[in-house]
Amino acid sequence: MLTISFNGQSISVSEETTIADLIHSSGIPSKFCAVEKNLEIVPKSQYASMQLADGDSVEIVTLVGGG
Amino acid sequence: MNIRDADEDLIPSDKPLKIGTHTLASRLIVGTGKYESLSGMRDSLIASQSRCVTVAIRRERLYDGQGKNLLDYIDLERYILLPNTAGCYNAVDAVRVARLGREILKSLENPGSDWVKLEVLGDSKTLLPDPLATLEACKRLVDEGFQVLCYTSDDPIMAVRLKAAGATAVMPAGSPIGSGQGILNANNLRIILEYLKSDDPDYPVIVDAGVGAASDVAVAFELGADGVLLNTAIAHAKDPILMASAMHHATLAGRQSFLAGRIPKRLYAQASSPEEGLITSRPHPTES
Repeated sequence: MLTISFNGQSISVSEETTIADLIHSSGIPSKFCAVEKNLEIVPKSQYASMQLADGDSVEIVTLVGGG
Repeated sequence: MNIRDADEDLIPSDKPLKIGTHTLASRLIVGTGKYESLSGMRDSLIASQSRCVTVAIRRERLYDGQGKNLLDYIDLERYILLPNTAGCYNAVDAVRVARLGREILKSLENPGSDWVKLEVLGDSKTLLPDPLATLEACKRLVDEGFQVLCYTSDDPIMAVRLKAAGATAVMPAGSPIGSGQGILNANNLRIILEYLKSDDPDYPVIVDAGVGAASDVAVAFELGADGVLLNTAIAHAKDPILMASAMHHATLAGRQSFLAGRIPKRLYAQASSPEEGLITSRPHPTES
């Protein structure tokens, strides 16, 4: 198992978990979100191939109402 | 991009608001936050006749209690999205959030992916901008190719600095965000408009924040602002849809009033009815 920070919370995920797997578990259509790993934007084209490493910090964000 | 329809809302003798490469059919930009319901937001946006709406970037809370999300209620054919960096207190965070917003808008294929409403706050009580961090973030985002619409205070010198740093539009606050106090320092806004437009009359200056009522919108346009951005004044009105309509009409009224050219203010009265042919006499023959 790997320990990563996902949206500020420490969680355990299995080895070989990809960004696409994380997005899928969050329930957000990937079209509506953007992903940052260790402060770098992850391009959509890499969601399926990019595997997480122990200690990674991932943010998945979307649009909400704002002014 | 093309003007997003609703040409019927344009004032015939006016040109549409151009901000960088984007042309907007309405001079009113509205926020999507703080509404009681998403359907109420959608109907208010329609009533405002705006074609440009701001959105915020947040951690994954896409779905509300009913399983609906914001994007189910925003017609992306009708609106250009303007992502903001609200809630950022330093330049590094503002740049991160701007990049994430760009990424989402790119995947939505919304033309707003190349611009950002930059907001770098200094203090959570006043929500006033941190001028040093705002300037730093503005420079970085301009370097990264963003068209930066920059929230700032009503300080004319800061406005000049932001324009010089490459901001596509400067957006001074009328008064603190959500305060509903209207335009507190009209003279500062006049100076900002004069300085930023002196050699560049089409440079967009947008009053962002502080609007409480439709009259505030009209005042902003009468002073010469190119646009007004507001959120709370509609979202928290007793009847948001009616207030949104009022804001639309105030936009047209204020802009028309500006274009029409107001009369100068005078200390003394000037009679509207002719002096000639009066059958009465003046009570106080002190005047010449």
